[in-house]
Amino acid sequence: MTEGLVVRGLSKRFGGLVVSDGLDFDLPPGARKALIGPNGAGKSTFANLVTGIHAPSSGSIRFDGADISDMDETARVRLGIAKTFQITTLFTGLTVRENLRLAVLERERRGFRLFCRADGDPEVEAEIAALMDQLALEPLADRVVERLAYGQQRLVELAMTLALKPRVLILDEPAAGVPGSETHLITDAIEALPADLAVLIIEHDMELVFRVARSIVVLVAGRILTEGTPAQIASDPQVRELYLGGAHG
Amino acid sequence: MKRALPFILLLAGTAAMYLLMPYNLAFATRILVMGIFVLSIDLVLGFAGIATLGQAAMYGAGAYAAALFAAHAWAEPVAGLAVGAAAGAVVALLSGLVLMRASGLTLIMLTIAVAALLAETANRARDLTGGADGLRVAFGPVLGLWEFDFIGQTGFCYAAAVGACVLGLLALVARSPFGLSLRGLQSSPARMAAIGAPVYPRRVAAYTLGGAIAGIAGALSAQVAGLVSLETFSFTLSAEALVMLILGGTGRLWGALLGTVLFMFAHHYAAAADPFNWLFAIGALVMVVVFVLPGGLLSLPGALKGGRHD
Repeated sequence: MTEGLVVRGLSKRFGGLVVSDGLDFDLPPGARKALIGPNGAGKSTFANLVTGIHAPSSGSIRFDGADISDMDETARVRLGIAKTFQITTLFTGLTVRENLRLAVLERERRGFRLFCRADGDPEVEAEIAALMDQLALEPLADRVVERLAYGQQRLVELAMTLALKPRVLILDEPAAGVPGSETHLITDAIEALPADLAVLIIEHDMELVFRVARSIVVLVAGRILTEGTPAQIASDPQVRELYLGGAHG
Repeated sequence: MKRALPFILLLAGTAAMYLLMPYNLAFATRILVMGIFVLSIDLVLGFAGIATLGQAAMYGAGAYAAALFAAHAWAEPVAGLAVGAAAGAVVALLSGLVLMRASGLTLIMLTIAVAALLAETANRARDLTGGADGLRVAFGPVLGLWEFDFIGQTGFCYAAAVGACVLGLLALVARSPFGLSLRGLQSSPARMAAIGAPVYPRRVAAYTLGGAIAGIAGALSAQVAGLVSLETFSFTLSAEALVMLILGGTGRLWGALLGTVLFMFAHHYAAAADPFNWLFAIGALVMVVVFVLPGGLLSLPGALKGGRHD
């Protein structure tokens, strides 16, 4: 079996607060997993541990057999582990096209080039156009990102991450704040992702989760409560209790 | 044609300064030198978003390096510029390796500290630098051809040529992948890291390039004046240059130049009219611009058209 992302005994403490508690988690190539759980369960922290924004307190993260626990965020992105931000984080003063151009150029390691035009490579420009086409961003191509509606910014956020051609894609609430009329763009984009890409989606929108995920992990208070297919999770009494009895519907 | 317009304006402006103030070329030359220095801050702060109030550290390093090189090795000015650029780059690189780990207020304080440290070092090293008396150096003819004359014609033309080269270089950098990545760094370091960009090395590179250009400005100032003083490291110099940049508009090369010209002329005429209270005029000018046009003077056309322009 090809290995992909393998997490073992991963813990994270912020002072006395244990946010992730001995997590074991696998994400092989081609996986479509969802991570769900109530607010404060440690979902975003888990994403930040995997992408290297936080350093784990203990445990290991391996990617294709290599230990990446000590790698910084940049090195992990360059290995192909990319994530979208829960709160939209874009280059707000630049246009949509420039945002995507930056991502493609950095992926191609061209960020230190001084004496050529940033917009001078037709291949790069064609790739940007294809990405915008995929997420219906073309009409907004030359608009400055800070003036877009939030839902549109979420699409740019997704496009930025796809521009990195990742091998592991972590989507932190990709549909949060996206108007219902545009959610299908995000769902379609996720469904159109390459089959060998490993995808982990953190999401409250259960409709989206059940449409996209083939396996669901339920996280509660920093621990994995259960893992299973969408059908198993939907009929799991503990999960039903959590979602019907708890704060989230 | 529209793209060439600023270049034509700049050329016309430079020619006008030469023709209209033939007996005040020293002042016109100072504007050019400051223009280069402000451009260096624009690269660091306006593009890369690195907050600095200590760019004079590299300016002074360039000035002293060029003067010492001329006094002890070779008096040819263009070679001196290269030495000045190298000195500015080295100071920026060495200090940047530490400073670029910091941000915000901490970073600003550290940049001020570096300039202050260098000023004190130059002050103590009297034997080498002349200390508070300054260092007077005779430079040779530019490229062995043009002698510096006492009305400053050579100095002015030389400074204009250097300025044009620096502006051309920065115009190239501004639209390069590197330039785009600097704007990305300013906008969101978190996003830069998330697209796999090496944030810290990129910041150090930007700071070093800005340092080299500040070093060129410093070297040029030493050459056209034939004198280097401790003032080249001063906080006032860094701060005034920053005000010029804000006046013109950060993040755009033309903003840096426009702000420099405006500030220098305002300073010149206000100080001539009232030698004691001229700072009042400068202060009023800055307040009006910052309140009415937060994007600097360069945002004026867009503001007039209605709606902010990008």
